Amino acid sequence: MPQSAEKILDHAPLFREPEYRQMLAEKKLNFECPHQDQVVTDQREFTETWEYREKNFAREALVINPAKACQPLGAVFAATGFERTMPFVHGSQGCVAYYRSHLSRHFKEPASAVSSSMTEDAAVFGGLKNMVDGLANTYKLYDPKMIAVSTTCMAEVIGDDLHSFIENAKEEGSVPRDFDVPFAHTPAFVGSHVDGYDVTVKGILEHFWKGQERTEALGTINIIPGFDGFCVGNNRELKRLLDLMGVSYTFIQDASDQFDTPSDGEYRMYDGGTKIQDVKNALNAEATLSLQHYNTRKTLEYCEEVGQATASFHYPLGVQATDEFLVEVSAISGKEIPEAIRLERGRLVDAMADSQSWLHGRKYALYGDPDFVHAMARFIMETGGEPTHCLATNGTKAWEDEMKELLASSPFGKEAQVWAGKDLWAMRSLLFTEPVDLLIGNSYGKYLERDTGTPLIRLMFPIFDRHHHHRFALMGYQGGLRVLTTILDKIFDKLDRETSETGVTDYSYDLTR
Amino acid sequence: MSLEYENDGALHAKLIEEVLSQYPDKTAKRRKKHLNVAKSGDEAGEEGEVLSECDVKSNIKSIPGVMTIRGCAYAGSKGVVWGPVKDMVHISHGPVGCGQYSWSQRRNYYVGTTGIDTFGTMQFTSDFQEKDIVFGGDKKLEQIIDEIEELFPLNKGITVQSECPIGLIGDDTEAVSRKKAKEIEKTIVPVRCEGFRGVSQSLGHHIANDAIRDWVFEKRDVEFEGGPYDVNVVGDYNIGGDAWASRILLEEIGLRVVGNWSGDATLAEIERAPKAKLNLIHCYRSMNYICRHMEEKYGIAWMEYNFFGPSQIEASLRKIAKHFGPEIEEKTEKVIAKYRPLIEEVIAKYRPRLEGNTVMLYVGGLRPRHVITAYEDLGMVIVGTGYEFGHNDDYQRTAHYVKNGTLIYDDVTGYELEKFIEGVRPNLVGSGIKEKYPVQKMGIPFRQMHSWDYSGPYHGYDGFAVFARDVDLAINNPVWGLFEAPWKRRPSHGRAMAAE
Repeated sequence: MPQSAEKILDHAPLFREPEYRQMLAEKKLNFECPHQDQVVTDQREFTETWEYREKNFAREALVINPAKACQPLGAVFAATGFERTMPFVHGSQGCVAYYRSHLSRHFKEPASAVSSSMTEDAAVFGGLKNMVDGLANTYKLYDPKMIAVSTTCMAEVIGDDLHSFIENAKEEGSVPRDFDVPFAHTPAFVGSHVDGYDVTVKGILEHFWKGQERTEALGTINIIPGFDGFCVGNNRELKRLLDLMGVSYTFIQDASDQFDTPSDGEYRMYDGGTKIQDVKNALNAEATLSLQHYNTRKTLEYCEEVGQATASFHYPLGVQATDEFLVEVSAISGKEIPEAIRLERGRLVDAMADSQSWLHGRKYALYGDPDFVHAMARFIMETGGEPTHCLATNGTKAWEDEMKELLASSPFGKEAQVWAGKDLWAMRSLLFTEPVDLLIGNSYGKYLERDTGTPLIRLMFPIFDRHHHHRFALMGYQGGLRVLTTILDKIFDKLDRETSETGVTDYSYDLTR
Repeated sequence: MSLEYENDGALHAKLIEEVLSQYPDKTAKRRKKHLNVAKSGDEAGEEGEVLSECDVKSNIKSIPGVMTIRGCAYAGSKGVVWGPVKDMVHISHGPVGCGQYSWSQRRNYYVGTTGIDTFGTMQFTSDFQEKDIVFGGDKKLEQIIDEIEELFPLNKGITVQSECPIGLIGDDTEAVSRKKAKEIEKTIVPVRCEGFRGVSQSLGHHIANDAIRDWVFEKRDVEFEGGPYDVNVVGDYNIGGDAWASRILLEEIGLRVVGNWSGDATLAEIERAPKAKLNLIHCYRSMNYICRHMEEKYGIAWMEYNFFGPSQIEASLRKIAKHFGPEIEEKTEKVIAKYRPLIEEVIAKYRPRLEGNTVMLYVGGLRPRHVITAYEDLGMVIVGTGYEFGHNDDYQRTAHYVKNGTLIYDDVTGYELEKFIEGVRPNLVGSGIKEKYPVQKMGIPFRQMHSWDYSGPYHGYDGFAVFARDVDLAINNPVWGLFEAPWKRRPSHGRAMAAE
């Protein structure tokens, strides 16, 4: 009997015990009708070949292990970044259970959102009644300052009209007439979570800005961070930098406190977020800057329409991307970049110089949201590494072109390949046929690490199987330092593991590296 | 080992009144029917008899805007019933999200080479785009099936798990499945589990069960020599290895588990199920339908059992053994005796650390009742419980487990659960990932009772030891004593015991 009260074995060791191994072997043999081992081995080896890669890339319809989610997830995340705002998703209710779970598993935090719980009758007659009742219940129970409505694909397919439904609900007294209910249509069969983020932020801005007089406040800046699993660390780091510069700024959408509430005995359903009044005032800003271009294309268009200057970045991380961001902020705000920030920059460069011998010439595969991949590729090249594979399942043709331009700008990008719209099963082939030293992505990458032996560095949403990384910044010079250290740790750990065999390889098990 | 205790029914009734007073009138009226205080389980009648005092309305539509914790039919089919069948490819047919959020989240363990002969922790999606909505996705589905065959030739079959749009745009996944099954000479199962169907996961279970009946049974010749002690384990999804910790006991008492549904299952195990002698059903809610069908069609008896905690394991083993007669009964007594020292040691170690601690549960399937006695085996007290998607027959069965005064909540809303927990302040809450962090912020220990909080197994004797350890480490961790800053400190309610 493997189990004992003294040393209790859970799944990881328990099923390695002989009783269980035998039981599972017999189950397979007697009841599973398995393929013969050789057949399985042959097929596994075949999947590592160029021939399989070609078949894999010839796929047109089937998507396997994509690195993207659907629009309403972005909508829920976006809504969460405003003061006392309840995300309200109109459509089937199971979707909302999924969004909440997905966000909670990454942030290890509560994630509140409600559904209008449409079922078959609503599919036939439309979900107006669900909207009317739903808004009334949410308003009464959860005491929000704003309810931000988005849609699941079910409501989109049947063509529910959010604008008129919300008007109707207000007529019927679900919420007070002047209560803020911005909305955005977020069909899951268009774009991805980054687009859901975009249209939701745009919907909120339109709700507050439409028909309002704009009085430009020179030197003030709006910052839109985009869908960011590291918002907790990143937003705080950027605010610190902006405060150091003395810039007058407003974060439009800021989930950093919402997804990092303290444990002190009180459950805060709402915490932090952009104040409603600040959203209103933000109309007057001189400029709106987006930290993630592909998360804000429509929102920035709207900002331009109202007369603001705009600029967008690709997840400013590392040296030059942070430089560009700060220079732009300085130009608009008229504030100089203080010496303290220049010293920080110097410290990041110092660290990169100290470690360059371990980084130069390393090959990487990167995947994730379009702006993140752009940022990582750029930083990798700054360290002398080569971003061999750059993949974004939700990357567009425009992204592909922009990536190619970036890669062409450096000798370290010469060999790099850009994979827009491809998934992680495609990446699996690439890691066999054109292998790299390191893989940078999210938790889903662990299956690639297992199958191909490429060490995985988790720097992108979602991270389910490592804790608290999202609490630290990746953006800015400080963030760059963290990314650098994370990469180096992976390299050194791997080298130590490979050289630790006593009397065989441990001559290279160096004390100082 | 059942504990004698009574809950504070008056407090619970007051809490119900309080939460209802916060709803709009119309909603309060509807929610009132889902909340109740149980009358003593000891007074429960024969199985099937409705206890009005424990009775709540269930399996009806959730109310918009209240933050129900429920999922959808797709979650019930792909996430629960079909997803774990390891040698088939399960297509999440529709937009990308559903498959993405449910990817690898249920922890139904299996052994196999993923991507080669097994496909459990993968996300296959047709990733619907606008043009697929406009022009329909049947052609795309055909192409997807061809591509699966090309890239994953060792798959034993394919299921098509319909997401919301499929049923709305009028796709005929049945016709595609029939046509392609003939072409590739494999089982293809279309499952009409669009998320808007029904009121919760529950209808998805039912539809998935029906799909087994209609698209798997009697579709291919099954060559299998049956034996006198053949059983199917039905409704064990092998979360953290649960089904393995159960199988080892069933084999030890002399039974032959010819199929496990659906944790670590293969298509073959489903196909030959009608040849077994008895269906042992753990999660009644999600798989009773197919058991009833097998009873009617093939005359296979079915029996509910409970492998959580030693009291129920013993009782269940004996009940199962009785069905097979003296030879198995004799072996069963030996197995019970063999594990008894382990269980006594586990209880001796943990009961003093957990005695009298109160627990609130809110889960799905069988767990809101089945785990109660496992806690009681550790000296703990269940003060409240409820089902995400239970039916009337679940609440009837619950009456046998709960004590007088227990707070009962069906399809609880986020608001209600928070207020109930605040009012009761139990020592432990067992629920899901969406509930975990709000509860912990209140300073109340929590265990996820869907995923076993990334631990497990919890079934069987081996699993009970893990369960006891996990409950102890949740409740007796020192972090609960650190919540208050010393300059703000009220009389302390945190306590901790070092691990032993």
